[in-house]
Formats: sequence, structure tokens, C-alpha cells
Amino acid sequence: MNNTMPAAPATDDVAAHLGESSPGTHLERPDNPIMACEDVDIFYGDFKAVSNVSLQFGFNEITALIGPSGCGKSTVLRSLNRMNDLIEGARVEGTITFRGEEIYGKKVDPIEVRRRIGMVFQKANPFPKSIYDNVAYGPRVSGMKVESMDELVESSLRAAALWDEVKDKLKDSGLGLSGGQQQRLCIARTIAVRPDVILMDEPCSSLDPIATLRIEDLMHELKQDFSIVIVTHNMQQAARVADRTAFFTALSAEGSGDRTGVLVEYAPTRKIFDDPADQRTEDYVSGRFG
Amino acid sequence: MSITTTRGTAAAALSSPTGSRHFKAKSRPGERVIIWALRFAALLTVATTVGIVVSLVVPAVEFFTEINVGDFLFGDRWAPRFAEASFGVLPLITATAWTTGISLLVAVPLGLGAAIYLSEYARPRVRKVLKPVLEVLAGIPTVVYGLFALTFVQSVVFKQWLELPTGAFSVLAAGLVMGVMIVPTIASISEDALSAVPMSLRQGSAALGANRMQTSLKIVVPAAVSGIVAAVVLGVSRAIGETMIVAMAAGQQARMVAGPLEQGQTMTGFMASAALGDSRVGSLEYNTLFAVGLLLFALTLVVNMISIQIVRRLRKAY
Repeated sequence: MNNTMPAAPATDDVAAHLGESSPGTHLERPDNPIMACEDVDIFYGDFKAVSNVSLQFGFNEITALIGPSGCGKSTVLRSLNRMNDLIEGARVEGTITFRGEEIYGKKVDPIEVRRRIGMVFQKANPFPKSIYDNVAYGPRVSGMKVESMDELVESSLRAAALWDEVKDKLKDSGLGLSGGQQQRLCIARTIAVRPDVILMDEPCSSLDPIATLRIEDLMHELKQDFSIVIVTHNMQQAARVADRTAFFTALSAEGSGDRTGVLVEYAPTRKIFDDPADQRTEDYVSGRFG
Repeated sequence: MSITTTRGTAAAALSSPTGSRHFKAKSRPGERVIIWALRFAALLTVATTVGIVVSLVVPAVEFFTEINVGDFLFGDRWAPRFAEASFGVLPLITATAWTTGISLLVAVPLGLGAAIYLSEYARPRVRKVLKPVLEVLAGIPTVVYGLFALTFVQSVVFKQWLELPTGAFSVLAAGLVMGVMIVPTIASISEDALSAVPMSLRQGSAALGANRMQTSLKIVVPAAVSGIVAAVVLGVSRAIGETMIVAMAAGQQARMVAGPLEQGQTMTGFMASAALGDSRVGSLEYNTLFAVGLLLFALTLVVNMISIQIVRRLRKAY
């Protein structure tokens, strides 16, 4: 629970660029956060990919992370369920908590973290197995006590709005589905382990507009039961689905070409789009930049 | 329509005596030479293979005009050089089966284990060192392995240390060492197959709360299974065809092999020793060599065809 690192000093190269608008401090926060980042820096080896991010994610809310390429929004997302652990040299400093518990704590099992905080990826990645086995995989490997796997598979597929399309071919390969169906299968697979939080990394970026809308509708329904964090480069999507939106941008550290992601502004989505506090946010959401 | 017209004009321009204005055709003699050289190399390989088959089949057919195929395949006494000659090949087959089986019991678990370790667990730096070392192991001459099996494994380990009831040779010693010889082959090819499985599948599995072992065994290995089967089959083929180790360490007497500590002559072992003998070209004894060779060839062919079927059935796109 304690910070593993003192808060980055104000003289920090990158933070200095931010001037007055130190992120996340003067803005409306969710009153019931399920997860929170405090003064988070993320490194890949010596390269600082993200600097000094503080953010709270509301319970059963959809939080969108937006910003131009290279702004670190996906990096932040992947740090929320320790997927960064799989990348050689990746390191997180600062505090990330789930229901108040530090997820990078010494005695925390990253596997348990990922069971509570699931993830849907940019490109649908169904396993080369049957549709049924794709959904049953998570409950099986985590040793979930399941009364009826058939029912769990059905309810997960229903929750992902895929059941009616696949109920007659559950034994067929998940790879035979269309792109949008595959992505909904991945969502069903994630729901099946009953996580509390679902992280979505540009889940619609390789889908056509109709498949995208279906996933967005689905997100509104999933919000009843899950807290969702979505990374998107589609601002309209953020405006359509998110309760709150965090805008990131990339700053060049002085004297080097390295670009470090920083959080510029975090507020209820409507405020970000209608009345942003920071000029850079306004430029971005109005399409003048990025 | 316009495309056709353009093409027509271009063709006309090329064939006109003045040639193309912009794209004048050039003759490139160097390129032609290279094409012919490459073609020759490809054809020579095919021709060699055909030649080998023909040179095997012709004497073998001659053999089978004298010896009944059934007596050959199902006879259990192999004594081609005795006055009262007998040509039942089963003793050779049992010896080959023992050495091959033992070697696979060693090579498949070790090879697959090494491959999974290298691909799923080893840090990139460790892998960078270990994989080339493994591949160097594959380059050790088999005669060295044979010597090791005969002088160390059989006579020191089995007889002196373990005091096992065994003679100067055993199919166990030959099989074990042959297994070690095959490990790099299976490990290296399986590792390639495992590494080719997209990272996104491992991430998807990890994101569902699977640990590394579960991800490796339930997602990565099944996704790479066609490559793994191919690796094992190559191992089987090498084991069946391996000559030097079995000729040195398995034994030279063709008798039915009933246990791992017995000695036995394999098909390849017989061929190696008989080819060095002084049998007259065209004699029955000489033709025997080719009959066994043909059988060996057929066996490996069958193994390969079965594996192609398995791979085809198991192949999964990802």
C-alpha cells in the first residue's frame, strides 16, 4: 500500500513541461474507484515510456484512455493487470491499487491479478480451439468451481452477445468466426472467469463500423457488472461509451528523441469534449492535433 | 478493352525491327547460365534419389525370386551366411525396434522438454547461447557416440558400476546413446515450431489467469503440434536409419531380442557388416543386403507418410 517510490519531484524534466496543470489533482474523481494509479512511471529498460500518471477508475464505469500514438495509453493499460511483466525490461514505479491493495506488492501473485482484471486485445486472439473450449479455458485453468460448464459457457456467450450466432456450432474452431465475432468471443472468454475489471486495448481497431457498434452496445451492457477501461484512438468512440476520459500526450524529453507519455487531463467525458481545461486537450478532441 | 489494345501495341513495338523505344529488350547470358546451373542442381538431387531406389530394387527383386517374401518378413532365424541359410528378417527388426524404441523414450521427453524450456522459459540471452550449443551437439560424428556407448555406457556404467547381467553389447546402451544423439534434432525443430506460435496467444492465455506451464502445455504446444510431430518423426527416421552406434554397441549376432540387456543386430548393423564382407556381386548373400535395404527404405517411407497424415489432421492455423 505504501508508495514504492516517492512522488516524482516537480523539477522532473517532463513534469516541468506540464506547468500548472498537474494531472488529475483538480478534477472530479470517481467517488467509488475500483482501481487507482498514483504517481506511476513506467519504463522499458532505461526508456521512460510514461511519467507521473495519477488516475482513478470508477466502479462499474467505463473509463477511456485517449491520445495520439506513442502517448503511453496502452502502456498504462497493460500495467493495470501486470501484462507488462511479460515484456523483458518493463518496470513500473509508483502505486497501482485494486480495491486499495497494491497490485505490484511483493506478496502479490500476478496470475491472481490477471484473474480479477481481465484483458481484451487490439487484435482478436482466439485460441486455435473450439468456441466452447475458448470460453471454458479460463475457468478450467484457474480451477474455478463451476457447477455446469455448459451453463457458464452459454451465459458468457450470451453476455458477449454471441450466443445466438454460435449456439449451433460450439464445437467449431473459434478461428472460423468473423473478426467481430472473434472479438466478442474474446470478450466472452474474459467474462467467463468473472473478473471485476475488463481492460480493452483498442478492441475495435481492426473491425468494421457495424461490428464496432455491436461491441460498443455490448460495453454499455457489460457496465452493469464490470468496470471497464478502454484504450481507443477513436475519439467518437470514447465520447459514445465512456463515463470518464483521460487524455494523454507525448512529450519529448529535452536533449533526447525519447518521447514520454503524460496524462494531460482527466475528467467526465462530457467535460473533456465540451469544456476541456487544457488547450492541448481541446486541440486534440477538436481534431486540430494528433 | 483498352488494356488489350495497349498490350497489343507493346507487343508490336517489341517485335518491330527497331525494338522498344524505352524498354529495349536485353539479353542477359549470365542469368541464363545461373538458371541452368540451379536447374541442374535440382535435377541431380532427384536423379540421385531415383538412382538409389532403382539400385535397391533391382537386386532386391532378384533376391525375392529365390526367397519367399513371407519367409523373409516373418521368419525368425537370420543366418544368410550359414551353410543351412535362413533369411527370416524378424531378428533384425526386433533389434531395430528395441534400439529405436529406447532411443525415443529418451529423446522425445528430453527433446520436447528442452524445446519448451528454450521457447517458453529461457531468457533471450540464455536461449541465444543454448540453442547453438544444442545444434553443435547434433554435429558430433555418430562414430564418437558409438564409441561412447560401447566403452563407457556398456562396459563401465552397465557392467562395472551397475553390475548388470549383460555381455559386451546391449540394445539398451545403443538405444540410450542414440536417444541422446537425437535430442538436439527433436529439440531444435520443436523449438522452432513453438517459437512460431504468435505471442498474442500467450498473452491471451496469461490475461485469463493461466500460469506459464498451463499456457505452454494447453495453448502453445497444441498450436505447434504439427511441427512437434514433424520433429519426432525426423527423430524416428534417424533412429531407424542410424548405423554406426548400433553397429558398434548393439551387437553383431542376429538373434531375436527379448530384453534390453541382450545384444542384437539391427537392420542397419547387418548391412554395415555385410557390405564390408567379401560376398560376390550377384550372389544371394549380396542380394540379401539390398532386400534389407529396401525394407529399411520402406519402413522410413511409411513412418514419413503416417506423419504427413497426422500433421495434416492436426494442423491448426493461427
